[in-house]
Amino acid sequence: MPDLSDPSDLPDPETSGTESRSVGATIELEGLTKRYPGSALPAVDNVNLDFRSGETVILVGPSGCGKSTLLKMINRLIEPTGGRIRIGGEDVTDMDPVRLRRKIGYAIQASGLFPHMTVAQNIALVPRMLRWPTSRVRARVEEMLDLVGLDPGEFHGRYPRQLSGGQQQRVGVARALAADPPVLLMDEPFGAVDPITRDHLQDELIRLQRELHKTIVFVTHDFDEAIKIGDRIAVLRERSHIAQFDTPEAILTNPADDFVSGFVGAGAALKRLNLTRVRDVEITDYPTVTVDDPLQHIFDRLRSSGFNEILLLDKRGRPYKWLRRGDMTLAKGSLARAGTLVHDTVTRDATLRDALEAVLTDNTGRVAVTGRRGAYEGVVDVETLMNSVHELLEADRLEAMDAQHDLEEQRSAQTHAEQEGFGGEEKA
Amino acid sequence: MNFWEYLGSRHQQLLIDAYQHASVVFQCMVVATLLGVLIGVVTYRSEWAGNLATTATATLLTIPALAMIGLLIPVVGLGVPPTVIALTLYGLLPIVRNAIVGLRGVDPSLVDAAKGIGMSRAARLARVELPLAWPPILTGIRVSTQMLMGIAAIAAYASGPGLGNLIFRGIASLGSKNALNQVLAGTLGIIVLALLFDAAYVLIGRLTIPRGIRA
Repeated sequence: MPDLSDPSDLPDPETSGTESRSVGATIELEGLTKRYPGSALPAVDNVNLDFRSGETVILVGPSGCGKSTLLKMINRLIEPTGGRIRIGGEDVTDMDPVRLRRKIGYAIQASGLFPHMTVAQNIALVPRMLRWPTSRVRARVEEMLDLVGLDPGEFHGRYPRQLSGGQQQRVGVARALAADPPVLLMDEPFGAVDPITRDHLQDELIRLQRELHKTIVFVTHDFDEAIKIGDRIAVLRERSHIAQFDTPEAILTNPADDFVSGFVGAGAALKRLNLTRVRDVEITDYPTVTVDDPLQHIFDRLRSSGFNEILLLDKRGRPYKWLRRGDMTLAKGSLARAGTLVHDTVTRDATLRDALEAVLTDNTGRVAVTGRRGAYEGVVDVETLMNSVHELLEADRLEAMDAQHDLEEQRSAQTHAEQEGFGGEEKA
Repeated sequence: MNFWEYLGSRHQQLLIDAYQHASVVFQCMVVATLLGVLIGVVTYRSEWAGNLATTATATLLTIPALAMIGLLIPVVGLGVPPTVIALTLYGLLPIVRNAIVGLRGVDPSLVDAAKGIGMSRAARLARVELPLAWPPILTGIRVSTQMLMGIAAIAAYASGPGLGNLIFRGIASLGSKNALNQVLAGTLGIIVLALLFDAAYVLIGRLTIPRGIRA
């Protein structure tokens, strides 16, 4: 049974803004098939998938596996030749496609903005088609620009060609979300931008989704992108057969078969680090002093702390310098000359991968963790990271085994029931 | 009588002829544009229909203007009707061809996007495809107009309106004192009109092509 809009998944009602925001809707694909005339094998073969309300599902697979075809069947840009599509419980397989598409956001590669319309006109398209009053459309355009991080005053009247690739893509997303659809389909939306911009856009999308809780179906061939964005990932093989449909963690630690592990690629453990944040691991507390402390106090701390070094914080409590025992003597008691500057810190929201990177580049193997406004919160070092990773992988493995076990039990129970039922019928 | 004196003494008649010339070309262009774009819209999505439309209009253009008007006279009579029909048919080719090329040249991903956000077939055409194909269509209209300016002169053969009358009269009375002036006035008049129309098209282009796709 599909998990229909688990209320615990839903956010607190959005209080900001004047618009009432619709959250996601479930999507159920049942036996969805696309057969092109003249080809023996269907392009998409009997796909059954259930997407929960408010989750981000990634369809990932090699090129030609039919993932885009599958996506385009959801808003019926490609008409399925078999099967049913239900959105929010409503069967939309035979609905007027134009009306259906106005309720589904659609963002594509290279933004798909209309070059002859301004940014505002592009965003206003769907609300206008839905005959929103002009004032509401205008307010909505500003709101959407704001939402995707573009200054309405500056970008409102620009034409798409006056924007960078990343900005175009943001506007593309704003247009897709303008009429507040419960479902957002994204077809390799970040495929045509440079890696740095892509990274930013992915972060933005995650942030947006945390705010909006739409049901997002996102197609990509980049597995790293899938892991980063997805709540669940459907790995597709040829003809959209589902190789595995699970959380990123489960796919990384327990790929269903060789095809999936081949697709996950090398370094699954490293990729796993992307899924855990610094806030989830134990951080050590280091002895600290501040620049305002009297020198004598600093000396005492150095001597009495039991650590080889202590962290010197600046006036606002931000990590400033690492002080070793000998440093103060060498610098003849001058704080300005003593110690080594802290050149890298990580926030609590940073991934373990970022933390590992910082730890590895630091010559003593530790990095300061900061909280609000860069204030010191603790330290992560190599040992902590290693232990956490081991624990994580172990936990994942146990969970995967449990899941496997449950599945097998379920299957055997099902088979059993079927046999029983069959026998019963015969008797009757 | 030199050319300038000739112009001075006949300017009223000349202006009437020029006005009629411009008017007939303008009206035929309006009809040809509507018809041409319509043919383009109906045929561009099918390979063979588009090619058929282009070939058919191209074939029309190969018929000598004099022959075309000559052939039309027995059917529709003398005067304005054969002129208008001939000019409209001649004007079609550049418009039909550019409309088809322009509409086919619209980025398929944009059409896909338009469909994907819920635009109906008519809305897609009116708000995305035609506006994007408009610059090449306008170029076609411009080429058509230049062409029709010259061809319209031949309308005088069927007693049609325009500056062609001057040219034909001049040619018929070669050797008389004003013959050359007449031919010259007719020809120059057509050139001036053509330049004025062209300037108007540049202005129309400025006003109707959105800044976002202006070259």
